[in-house]
Amino acid sequence: MSDRLPGFSTLAVHAGAQPDPTTGARATPIYQTTSFVFNDADHAASLFGLQAFGNIYTRIGNPTNAVLEERVAALEGGTAALAVASGHAAQVVVLQQLLQPGDEFIAARKLYGGSINQFTHAFKSFGWNVVWADPDDISSFERAVTPRTKAIFIESIANPAGSITDIEAISTVARKAGVPLIVDNTLASPYLIRPIDHGADIVVHSLTKFLGGHGNSLGGIIVDAGTFDWSTGGKYPMLSEPRPEYHGIRLQETFGNFAFAIACRVLGLRDLGPALSPFNAFMILTGIETLPLRMQKHCDNAKAVAEFLAGHPAVASVNYAGLPSDKYHQLARKYAPRGAGAVFTFSLKGGYDAGVNLVSKLQLFSHLANVGDTRSLVIHPASTTHSQLDDAAKIKSGAGPDVVRLSVGIEDKEDLIADLEQALAA
Amino acid sequence: MSDNKKRQAMNHDAYPDNYIRGILNSVKSIAMVGASPVNVRPSYFAFKYLAQRGYDMIPVNPGHVGKELLGKPFVASLSDFGRPIDMIDIFRNSSHIMPVVEEALTLDPLPKVIWMQLGARDDAAAAKAESVGIKVVMNRCPKIEYGRLSSEISWMGVNSRTLSSKRPPAPTQGMRLSLNRMSVGGGDTAASDRAAKNKSEQS
Repeated sequence: MSDRLPGFSTLAVHAGAQPDPTTGARATPIYQTTSFVFNDADHAASLFGLQAFGNIYTRIGNPTNAVLEERVAALEGGTAALAVASGHAAQVVVLQQLLQPGDEFIAARKLYGGSINQFTHAFKSFGWNVVWADPDDISSFERAVTPRTKAIFIESIANPAGSITDIEAISTVARKAGVPLIVDNTLASPYLIRPIDHGADIVVHSLTKFLGGHGNSLGGIIVDAGTFDWSTGGKYPMLSEPRPEYHGIRLQETFGNFAFAIACRVLGLRDLGPALSPFNAFMILTGIETLPLRMQKHCDNAKAVAEFLAGHPAVASVNYAGLPSDKYHQLARKYAPRGAGAVFTFSLKGGYDAGVNLVSKLQLFSHLANVGDTRSLVIHPASTTHSQLDDAAKIKSGAGPDVVRLSVGIEDKEDLIADLEQALAA
Repeated sequence: MSDNKKRQAMNHDAYPDNYIRGILNSVKSIAMVGASPVNVRPSYFAFKYLAQRGYDMIPVNPGHVGKELLGKPFVASLSDFGRPIDMIDIFRNSSHIMPVVEEALTLDPLPKVIWMQLGARDDAAAAKAESVGIKVVMNRCPKIEYGRLSSEISWMGVNSRTLSSKRPPAPTQGMRLSLNRMSVGGGDTAASDRAAKNKSEQS
C-alpha cells in the first residue's frame, strides 16, 4: 500500500466519510440526536476526561459534523477542524483560546462588515482589543505589534471588493511577532487558495458561503494547521497550562499538533455553546462534494461579468482581481491561479442613486445580504452590510456610496450579462 | 533496498504511514517506561487505550513497584520483564531518553521498536538504536497514530489522512481495528511536519 496524495476533487468527495458500519449507508447519515449512550460508567468517565475517542453530546461533537470537520481539514491541509454554528461563532471560539482580557489582536481593515462590527463592538466587552492594519501596507502590521498582541487576522480574498491579501508577507510578520496568523478563507474556499500552504496557522470559514454553496444552511469552521508551538513563554495558557476543568490536562502536551482544534472544541464550543445542527452539516457536506465544479464555474462567470462591466459606459470602475488591469492582479496570479473568486465590486458613474436604480431593475440577480450562493446576488454595501461604518471607514473598507457588490452565481453567463445590460440601460 | 539503506533514509520529521502502520500491525507486547497510575496523565490513558486494543501492556516505573496498572503489575526496569518485548514506549522527557535506550540495547533479544512519546525526541539515542536494526519513532503518540490510521480519531474532527470506501465492521468493545485504509500520504499535513522540522532544527 503506497502513500500517495489524492487530488482535491477526490478529497472533496471522500475525506472524512465512510460507509456506515451499522447499516452500510453510503451517504453520510444525519445523526440527529442530542446524546450518545455510554458502554458503562468507566467509558463515560474516559470520554468526559478526554481519554477516549467517542461521542457524548452534540454540543461537543456529533458524527455527521465530524465528517464535515475532517473533510474541510483535509481540503485545507490542516491537522483537524471544528465545525460551529456560523462564521461569526468560529471567530469568537478562536479568539477565546488566544486572548485574555486586555490583550490585542491585529486585523486587516478590509474585512466583511459583520466582522468589523464584531471586532469593534462585541469583542470590546470581552476586553479583546482590535488594532487595525492596512493589508495593502505590510509595514502597518509590523507597526501594530505590541507585547499584548496575541494574533493577526486577515481575509485571503477580502470582502467586499475581492482584493487579494499577501498572506506570505503577513505570515512573516506574525512569525516574527511570535503570534499565530488566522486567515478567513471564506471567499476563496480551499479550491482557490489554501492559506496553510502560505503560512497560516489557523483558517476559519463561513461554511454558509461557497463551501455549502447553495444558500440554504448556516455554518462555520475552524481549521488547525498544526504549525504553531503554543508552549512558548506561557503566552497561550489555554493551550499550555493545566486545565482545571479537565483535571489538570495540558492540551498541547496531550494532543500535539491538533491541540488548538481540541481547545476550540472542549473549552470553546463546550462552554460557549454555538453548536452546528447535524442537518446543516449534512447539507454543507453535500455542497462540498461539488465545490471544485461550482467554484470554477463561479470564477469563469465572474470574469466574464467583470469584463462586460469594465467595457460598459455607465460603469466608472470595476474592482476584480481577475482583470489584468486590476491592482491585485499579480497577487491573484500568485495566490489564486484558478480564478480570482466570484465576489467583487464596481462603481457607477451615476453614484448612489444609480446603484439603487440598478439593484431595483435586476431580474436574475437577487438583492440580499449573502455571497457564495448558486444564484447570482447583488447588494449595495453602503446601505446594508457596511451601513454601521462611518463614511470614511466605508471608503477605507471598499464600500463607498457609489459601490455595488456582486456575488456571481453558476447560471449561464450570457443570461447574467443580459440582465445587467437591461438594468444598466434602464 | 537493503535494511541499512532504509534506516539511513528514515526521516524523523515526517514518517510514512506505512512505517507506523507496519509497527502497530506487527508488535504484540509493549513496555511503557514512565507509565503513570494517575488517571489524568497521558501515559495512563495511552496505556489503557492500547490495552483495550489488544496489546500486551507492561507498565515500567520504579516508583510504583508492588502496585498494578489496570491489572498489570508495575516492574522497576526494562531488565525485569523476564521475557522478550516487541516495543518500548518511552514516556519521559527528551533529556531522559538516552539511559532508557542504552538499557534497552542490553536486552536479549533486542526489542523491535523504540517509540518516544509526543514531545520527546533524542536523535543521538535514535541513531544508536537504529544502528542495531531497531525501528525508532519519535515525537508521536501510539494511541493517536492507532486512532488516526483506523480513523477512530476522526470522531474528534481530526484529519486521519486516510480514505476508505469499505464498510467497517460494527464496533464492539475492545476490538482490534483495521489500520489498512488507503493512506493519503501525509503530504496534506506537510505544513505541520515542516513546522516541527523547523523547531527541531532551531533547538
